[in-house]
Amino acid sequence: MPGGLMHEILELSLEHLFLVLVAMAIAASLAIPAGILLTRRPFLRSWVLGFANVMQTVPSLALFGFLIPIPFLGGIGRHTAIVALVLYALLPILRNTLTGILGVDPAVRESAVAMGMTERQLLWEVELPLATRTILAGLRIAAVTTIGTATIAAAIGGGGLGVFIFRGLASIDTTLLLAGAIPAALIALAADRGLEWLENRLSPV
Amino acid sequence: MTPFVSFRNVSAHLGQKAVLHSLSLDIYAGETLVLLGRSGSGKTTALKMVNGLVLPTSGDVLVDGKPTTAWDLIALRRRTGYVIQEAGLFPHFTIAANVGLVPRLEGWPPQNIQVRVHELLSQVGLPPEQFAARYPRQLSGGQRQRVGVARALAANPPLLLLDEPFGALDPVTRVELQRQFLDLRRGLGKKTAIFVTHDVREALLLGTRIGLLHDGRLRFLGGPSEFLEAKGEEVRAFLTCLDLKRGL
Repeated sequence: MPGGLMHEILELSLEHLFLVLVAMAIAASLAIPAGILLTRRPFLRSWVLGFANVMQTVPSLALFGFLIPIPFLGGIGRHTAIVALVLYALLPILRNTLTGILGVDPAVRESAVAMGMTERQLLWEVELPLATRTILAGLRIAAVTTIGTATIAAAIGGGGLGVFIFRGLASIDTTLLLAGAIPAALIALAADRGLEWLENRLSPV
Repeated sequence: MTPFVSFRNVSAHLGQKAVLHSLSLDIYAGETLVLLGRSGSGKTTALKMVNGLVLPTSGDVLVDGKPTTAWDLIALRRRTGYVIQEAGLFPHFTIAANVGLVPRLEGWPPQNIQVRVHELLSQVGLPPEQFAARYPRQLSGGQRQRVGVARALAANPPLLLLDEPFGALDPVTRVELQRQFLDLRRGLGKKTAIFVTHDVREALLLGTRIGLLHDGRLRFLGGPSEFLEAKGEEVRAFLTCLDLKRGL
């Protein structure tokens, strides 16, 4: 294998990782607080979950396409790719945050309130710790999907390992296809294992 | 004598459903009032109104002369011990952290909390050196329930609320814990307790007075010996449970 290709694989893998990390950071910082809010405002649930659900059902290539003409958010390039990836990652994180918190044993929640915990103490000392495993599982699902979906980012000039895949498709070159697909798969596997480890490490129960 | 807890014409709804109908009831300092009733009689709702988990739709629940609607509920709850069925312990806290919860929320210094936790665990028959560092899942049902009682007593509250605390235990453990509750009450002096149960034997054993609720209305209020002599239909229904046991 030529040294130039190795170098490019490394470079695009880093670019790919960057896309995923930024998208995940934004998605998590939106979806976790939103999920917490939804546990407090049941009437918003169907609307917000509905939105996230619809986002998930739009075929990824089409979503990237839809974003191109939108001002500020869209256009050609990396940031449009990130917007699309964020939209995809929202649902699993949101849903798992909600499920995790609502899944806390009602007897435990009731006794926390009856012991005189404030709303904030209830959230930070009881609900979030007990929901940690489920929330992290949501992040894991979102991360693995995002790593895969990010390969399509190359279609709108977002860079990443998708560059190899699209180039390989255009020139019917299996080596190039594999140069994109194998590292993407490896990154996804590593993320899956890493977050699973974190789940077991961080969850208090 | 002014009552410590007082229900004044209290009605309550859970959602659309009326659960209590103008309940009036006084509970005096130092007594153990048992609220007895079938499932759905409104006894648990009545109990939850004392620490403001449920607020009245009309009428007032007064604690220490002040309506629950006027209390700072956080403050009220921290000075009201609460024990529920299955204990409701925090699975991610050690036994020591569970018992020391309210003192910690109240900002006690850590060494005082530790002393208090050890004292309480010994009192409920769980040697602290053996139990303090364990987690609730490593305990039996009876042991968890003891921890629940210890937790409720931690900040030395003047008032204890107990919602079928021994309901999920096997009969032998239940009797053990009832005995221990009686011992504790003797040792604690002037503590007021409201105890919810559907077990008439438990009511007669633990109550200094018994309030019988049926369909959200108070059908009987009086001491255990009066209860045994009472003629009301619902009282008779509960007393039949005792006869049945004797008959067998």
